[in-house]
Amino acid sequence: MSEPLHTVYVPRDAAALSVGADETAAAIRAEATRRGIPLRIVRNGSRGMLWLETLVEVETPEGRVAYGPVMAEDVAGLFDAGFLEGADHALAHGLTEKIPYFAKQERLTFARCGIIDPLSVEDYRLHGGFRGLERALAMTPAEIVTEVTESGLRGRGGAGFPTGIKWNTVLNAQAAQKYICCNADEGDSGTFADRMIMEGDPFCLIEGMTIAAIAVGATEGYIYIRSEYPHAVATMREAIRLAYDEKWLGDEIHGTGHRFHLDVRVGAGAYICGEETSMLESLEGKRGTVRAKPPLPALEGLFGKPTIVNNVLSLTSVPIILDKGANHYRDFGVGRSRGTLAFQLAGNIRRGGIVEKAFGVTLHELLYEFGGGTITGRPIRAVQAGGPLGAYLPPSLFELPKDYEAFAAVEAMVGHGGIVVFDDSVDMARQARFAMEFCAAESCGKCTPCRIGAVRGVEVMDNIIAGEKVEANITLLNDLCEVMTDGSLCAMGGMTPIPVRSALKHFPEDFTRSPAAVAAE
Amino acid sequence: MNARSPWSEDRATAVIAANRHLRGALLPMLHALQEEFGCIDEEAIPLLARELNLSRADVHGVVSFYHEFRRSRPGRHTIKVCRAEACQSMNADGLIEHIRRRLKVDFHETTADDAFSLEPVFCLGNCALAPAVMVDETLHGRVSPARFDAITASTLATEAAR
Ligand SMILES: Cc1cc2nc3c(=O)[nH]c(=O)nc-3n(C[C@H](O)[C@H](O)[C@H](O)COP(=O)(O)O)c2cc1C
Ligand code: SF4
Ligand code: FES
Ligand code: FES
Repeated sequence: MSEPLHTVYVPRDAAALSVGADETAAAIRAEATRRGIPLRIVRNGSRGMLWLETLVEVETPEGRVAYGPVMAEDVAGLFDAGFLEGADHALAHGLTEKIPYFAKQERLTFARCGIIDPLSVEDYRLHGGFRGLERALAMTPAEIVTEVTESGLRGRGGAGFPTGIKWNTVLNAQAAQKYICCNADEGDSGTFADRMIMEGDPFCLIEGMTIAAIAVGATEGYIYIRSEYPHAVATMREAIRLAYDEKWLGDEIHGTGHRFHLDVRVGAGAYICGEETSMLESLEGKRGTVRAKPPLPALEGLFGKPTIVNNVLSLTSVPIILDKGANHYRDFGVGRSRGTLAFQLAGNIRRGGIVEKAFGVTLHELLYEFGGGTITGRPIRAVQAGGPLGAYLPPSLFELPKDYEAFAAVEAMVGHGGIVVFDDSVDMARQARFAMEFCAAESCGKCTPCRIGAVRGVEVMDNIIAGEKVEANITLLNDLCEVMTDGSLCAMGGMTPIPVRSALKHFPEDFTRSPAAVAAE
Repeated sequence: MNARSPWSEDRATAVIAANRHLRGALLPMLHALQEEFGCIDEEAIPLLARELNLSRADVHGVVSFYHEFRRSRPGRHTIKVCRAEACQSMNADGLIEHIRRRLKVDFHETTADDAFSLEPVFCLGNCALAPAVMVDETLHGRVSPARFDAITASTLATEAAR
């Protein structure tokens, strides 16, 4: 009898690669060869438990058993211990799906991520892939749009606009050409969910975009991926090629007469190109200057044609909504925040990664039950939620449920779901200064309050940090924030005051404790 | 390793032509040129302007808008260090100080021996394994100063032996 063929999973996700996944995979291959053990290595996406990367999984009759973090130098020891049979070891975590961090999640959008081979259409199909599209192909466009509307799905890119309503506008627009544009610019610090799903389940995005195309009568689509994501770009391009080969894209989608062509475009290091109209300018080959709205992109978008612009996570939530039905999705969540969001725990956190949970989970649960507190072991002093334009929140607000409205009520935002954790060594005046510096560096330059205001903001913060006329400068800072909030065309200038003012509001002591200020007291 | 071919009008024309079929072709053309020459050479501007029926000022305007497009050739290797919030929370500032001192180079500069260019970036999408650094196209996570030295050791040795 020949030895059974063992299957070992080693992620190809960029985060796993960043801590040596390729070296680990090569070491496993070499060790197996040396011992004459036949082995199949699958390069899957990440399960999202990033502190365990490189997370190696072994297929056993009971299920997949996890080992991590596995460095190349751990591999021989794992073979000695019998990890191919799922044996115990210092790095063993038992069945992957039983690890509490994973078991407590509600994985809808990320259901396949980390499980399948991202570049196998067959694997995708075996795990429910293209079922949503197959159902959509049998529906009328209006029925598809209604399904998405009834799911309660709201845009995951930041603004939380109802996806079905946007689609309906594009559906009803009369035009010979319409476009689907996926916003994969993911510029927010503390976010990586778009990247992870593009690298771990790229066909899911292709399927979601194809459903969108059929729903509104679009025949061309673009995925705009930031240049900082070379792995996601490569994986998406390869997945698109495979989808064309298997007729899931092209002139005749599975013999139905539907046509949809999809292409990847790469950004060039400009945060503002995540703003949808700036992204459209960039796709047209121009400077990424923000357009005034109206007209809405839904009516006059790419090349002036009706265009759906949606975030990666909005579009990758569509296949399961069509597959399982609007009710299934809407049953998760609270209030007007339906479904799940892939929260991203980042920065100074012991167990960083993706936590997909229904809306309503509290920051406290995310930070402590999932995250396990800081990695430095010091107390958490602040978190920034919702990216660089999001508020800094103190522990007194950690009981807040993650819900668009509950966050808006305290001038915070859920945004793209990123949560950046800081311990008590953080200087919040410096963080406020950085928010202004970032805006100054990334402003598209179209309006004065943003372009000039942010530069002034850095100067004012420098004076405050130096302890010069602190009280007068704080008044000036507040005035400046008001001008930026009221006078900016888009949320770049309009929301930069949020991190600044929340830092000032919740951590005022950091603005008045410079040596000079203390001496003057 | 960065590609840094010397300027060649023939090569540039071919690179531009290969992207001619695309709509909104300027960014793909600029990326392709930078991949070939390491930067957007001044000589490329009129070629692009002619191809796309734009003014030279228009093309300049696009090139200068995007942080990614360089006007001068980079060193043989590019090191991008994340300066954004999640990396700040894990002392990216300390790492940046270390890199500056170790390689004797500042942001937007190239070392005297032409080996390394140092660039700041805002987020590499590796925020749960901060601080993050990208050396050429290889991403690294949890980069302490000691790990930075280990990551770059072999490249530094190769460069020193040149
Ligand atoms: C400065 C700025 C940056 C943005 N960056 C992104 C981004 O990186 N990704 C994204 O999907 N949306 C981003 N947005 C939001 C988009 O403008 C837009 O609302 C979104 O792509 C719409 O898709 P959704 O409805 O699916 O969220 C940004 C907005 C602003 C003002
Ligand atoms: S607020 Fe800033 S980024 Fe937005 S349009 Fe105005 S200048 Fe451009
Ligand atoms: S244009 Fe309305 S918020 Fe940006
Ligand atoms: S903030 Fe540094 S990688 Fe995201």
